[in-house]
This record gives sequence, structure tokens and C-alpha cells, in this order.
Amino acid sequence: MADLATLRKPAALSPARSRAGDRLAARARRNVSAHGFLIGAVLCFGFFSWYPICREIVMSFQKSRLGVTSWAGLSNYERIFRDPTFWTAWKNTLEFTVLALIIGYAVPFFVAILLNELRHAKGYLRCLVYLPVMLPPTSALLLFAYFYDPSYGLFNDVLRHLHLPVSQWVQSPGIGLPSMAMISVVIAATWMNMGGATLIYLAALQNIPGELYDAAELDGAGLFRKIRHVTIPQTRLILSMLLLLQIVATMQMFVEAFILTNGGAGVNNNTLSVVNLIYQYAFALSGASNYNSASALGVVLMLVLAVFSGGYLWLTRQTDR
Amino acid sequence: MADSTDRSLISAAQLNRHRVAYRVVLTLIVVIFTLIFIGPLYFLFSDGLKSTQEAVQVPPTLVPAHVHPGSYTAAWSRVGLGRLLVNTLYYAFGALALQLVFDVAAAYSLSRLRPVLGNVIFALMLATLMIPATVLVVPQDVTIADLPLLHLNLIGSPEAIWLPSVANAFNIFLLKRFFDSIPGDLLSAAAIDGASPLRTLRSVVLPISRPIIGVVSIFSLVAVWKDFLWPLLVEYGYNPNRETLNVGIFEAASTTPQNLVLAASAMAAVPTLVFFLIFQRNILSGLTAGSLKG
Repeated sequence: MADLATLRKPAALSPARSRAGDRLAARARRNVSAHGFLIGAVLCFGFFSWYPICREIVMSFQKSRLGVTSWAGLSNYERIFRDPTFWTAWKNTLEFTVLALIIGYAVPFFVAILLNELRHAKGYLRCLVYLPVMLPPTSALLLFAYFYDPSYGLFNDVLRHLHLPVSQWVQSPGIGLPSMAMISVVIAATWMNMGGATLIYLAALQNIPGELYDAAELDGAGLFRKIRHVTIPQTRLILSMLLLLQIVATMQMFVEAFILTNGGAGVNNNTLSVVNLIYQYAFALSGASNYNSASALGVVLMLVLAVFSGGYLWLTRQTDR
Repeated sequence: MADSTDRSLISAAQLNRHRVAYRVVLTLIVVIFTLIFIGPLYFLFSDGLKSTQEAVQVPPTLVPAHVHPGSYTAAWSRVGLGRLLVNTLYYAFGALALQLVFDVAAAYSLSRLRPVLGNVIFALMLATLMIPATVLVVPQDVTIADLPLLHLNLIGSPEAIWLPSVANAFNIFLLKRFFDSIPGDLLSAAAIDGASPLRTLRSVVLPISRPIIGVVSIFSLVAVWKDFLWPLLVEYGYNPNRETLNVGIFEAASTTPQNLVLAASAMAAVPTLVFFLIFQRNILSGLTAGSLKG
């Protein structure tokens, strides 16, 4: 920031006196000062974003033995593709994404439609759905782990009162599709995160012109046909943007399953997510910690997510036009 | 809210015809939502007041049979919450300060000073939005442990959390979009008066940008407060403790009695809940402003 002080020169020169040299000098000064403002952020991007992106790709093609780094071709990729837990992690992550979309994408939309119809208590309800989003994730998830406990947990107590079969919840051993363990993770994740999507939908619903509903009613449309033919088409852009955002967010699932299973990945790895596997490859396997396999897996995940986030950016540019 | 031109799915006339049904539905929704969203918080705070035996008793009790406020003090000292809280506040406000200085300056430069290659730099920043941070934990961790060119090891220092938080393309995008919308006349007037870019930023741009800076600040504080994986990687395993609340409580949970875990979780939730109640309006409006067109 020190160089900024020396650059305090008015940008505008009197046009009558300006020679080419002066103008060039002024432009150079303006540029130096503009880059001075930029430099802090650019350095942070360079060190902590652009460089790591390149580094991840490079490391995924390298191997490191006894401190000596050499090129490894595709062997890291071959190794992770041969690793059965790689496929388990992808299966689980997709299972989480699909379940989270069914529950965590549809529920907020209908909650938003419901809230938008109310004439009272709207502010209160809006606060309510967003409250869990503000909680530290550890607090919320340790509370859910307590509720999920098979013996003293609240959820099984409720089931017992209703004379329903109790469940092992997140500790269920099943690896079927969908597994009870993953459903438990999705329930906790939805409770924690649905507030954001609900409020965004709500804002979108409030932008629908009322005349469209009037017109639909004149044509004799009932409640469901109004939703089908007015509400959904009018919010289509927001719906598709949030769909892509949700996919990108849910495919990075880590903390929910990690804390609910006490730092593990569930029984038989049935809640192991891709990010959790990156973490295990890189940091958790004692002695055999391997940054290169972890980088290769990171590149795979990066490519998958880039497709969805690219779609999201494309859609947002459509709205700006 | 519900005047005739600005109606929603169900018109005011329809609602008036079914006033009783509306009342019933409204009451049901308020009750059910309160149960779903406040209910768990009730247990979070009340189960911390139980004794260790009562917290793991079958069947669980809805109201603590004997209130033990001592669990809260015991949890505070056992988990070392004071230390964790100070750490988290230090990380969160340090990150906020650096983000405000560097991201505001960068957005101002990109929006108003228009340096050579500014568009390229901005595009490269936006491109990072496509690659979420969790994917990069491994190379970021390796980089932080040995910064290229400088050969500094930032692991275990607050900078390991502060500096990466500055590389936030979304902040710069929001700020730049706001700065773009400031009328050019205002800024050229300042330039004619002889104000330097820094002076213009301080005396003209910042005062009118208060709303957007508020939004960016809130989300930057919340992001550091809620982060888990990154602080687990870079601030874990030091004595005295350098962990954040999230990581510290999680690490303590497996060796701590259930009632103390809940009491600690409840206390960790208090600052964010108070923060939400104070800034509720800004948070909720900022959320839609930021993401609808973001």
C-alpha cells in the first residue's frame, strides 16, 4: 500500500497542453495505481487459488518417493480407478446428491409456495427456516447424532411411541440404494441447509406478476394448473440455477457425514463421500498418505463439478442480459 | 403485501371466502414449522442441562428432571470453549478485515480504474467460481505449507485462514457490480476536485457502498465461522489450542460425556444466533440480492 501514497496525481490533464509523452506518462501512472489497488487480491488469488488449481493437475501426474518427485503418467488415475472405495465413494455421493435433490430441492420449493400464500407470520416463518443455516455445523450435527442414537436417541423414542420399528439411523449397516444411513445424512443436511433455497424461491415467487394468475383464473385454471402453468414456468430460470448450485454443493458433501459418523464414513463405508475419500487419501491413512492419488481424485471431481458450475455461470449470464 | 395488483397464487377474494380454512392452515404451519426448526434447538439447550446419566437415559426425557447448570460450566472448561471462541473470532474478523481491504480495492480498480489486462484478471477470478474450494484442499494445503517463491510455512498461523479467504471471486463480483452502477459524474467530479483514486474510494465510493459492503461482511464472517474442513487441516494439533469452535468441539466430542457435548454445542451456537437476530433483516435481504443475480 505504500506506493499508493506517492501516486496521488489527478488523472485528468488539461487537454490543451497535453503532448503525446505527457499522455503516455499519465496513462502509465494511472495503470500503476490501478494495479496497486489490484495487487493484494491478485497475489491471494495467485497463491491460494490459481496456483493450487495448476498444482493439483500437475501433482495428479506425478509420484513422490522418499522426497523425490518424478512423472508418473496416468498411474495415479489407474490406481484410483482400480480402488473399489473410489466407486463406493462416487456411488454414495451420487446417492446423496439424488436424495438431497428429491428432498432438499423439492421441499424448499413447496415450502416457499406455501409461505408465499400466507398473509401473516411471514417474517417469523422466514427467520425460522433460515435459523439452522446460521448454526455452526458441528453444533447442528452433534445434536442430530444425539437424536439418531439407536438406544437413547429422540427419533427412536418417537418411533417406539408410535409402535413403529426402530432404526439404526446413520449407523445402519445397509449399503443398498438408498441406504438408511444416507437418508439420515440427507435429513440432517436438509434441515441445516434448506433455508437458503427457500428464501431465494420466495423472492422469485414474489416477482411473478399477479395478472398472470388473474388470467389463468379467467381461463378456469384450478390451484394445481396455476402452479403448473404459471408458477413453475415463471420461476424456471431460478429453478434451474438452484438445481445446478445444489448439485455442485451436494457433490462436495463432507462435513455432514463426517461429523454424524464421528469422523468416519459409516458402517461399510456407506456414507463415504468423494471429498471424504480425498481427505482419507491425503491425510488420514496412516503412513501411506498419498497426495498424488488425492490430487488425481480431486481432478476427477473438479472436472465433474466444472460441468455443472459452468452451466450455472452460463445461466446467470442469460439473466443479466 | 396482498393488494389486488400484487397478488399470489390465491387471490385476496378467494382467501376471504375461506377465512376459517386459512386460519386453520396458518396455525398448523406456524406450529409445525416452530416444532421442526425451534424444536431441535430446544433440545440443544435443554439437554445440556441434564446430568450425564439422564442425557443417555432410555427413554429420553423431554424436560430435564434435575437441572444441572453446572454442565455448562463444566463443558466450558473441559472443551476449552473460551480459547476456541477467541480463536474463531480472531480468524473471522481478521479474514473480514483483509477481505474488505483487498477485495474492495480490487473491485474498485477493476470497475473504475480499468487497468491494462483488468478484464483478463477479472475473468480468471470468475473462473475460480467454477472450481469449489473443497476440491482444492490437497494442493492448497501443500502450498500453504511451503509458499512458492517465498518459502514460508503458514500452517498453524492465522494467515492460513485469512489469506485464502481474500481469494473470493464472489465478493469481488458483487462489489464490482455495485461500483459499476455508481454514476460516473460523481466520480469525475471528485477527480476534477483533484482527488486521488484512493481519496475518491474513501470519500465518495465507500460511503454510498455501505449496503453491499454490509452484505459482503456478513457472508464473510459467517463463512469463516461455519468452515470445518480447512481449519481442521491447517489449525489442528497445536498446544495451546489454535482450533476453531467447530473443529475443537468435534475433536472433544468423542471423549466427552454426551451432556457436556450438547452444552458445548449450545454455547457455540449462541454467538451466531445472536448475530442472526441482530442482523436478520440484512442477512435475509442480502441473501436474495446476492444470489438471485449472482
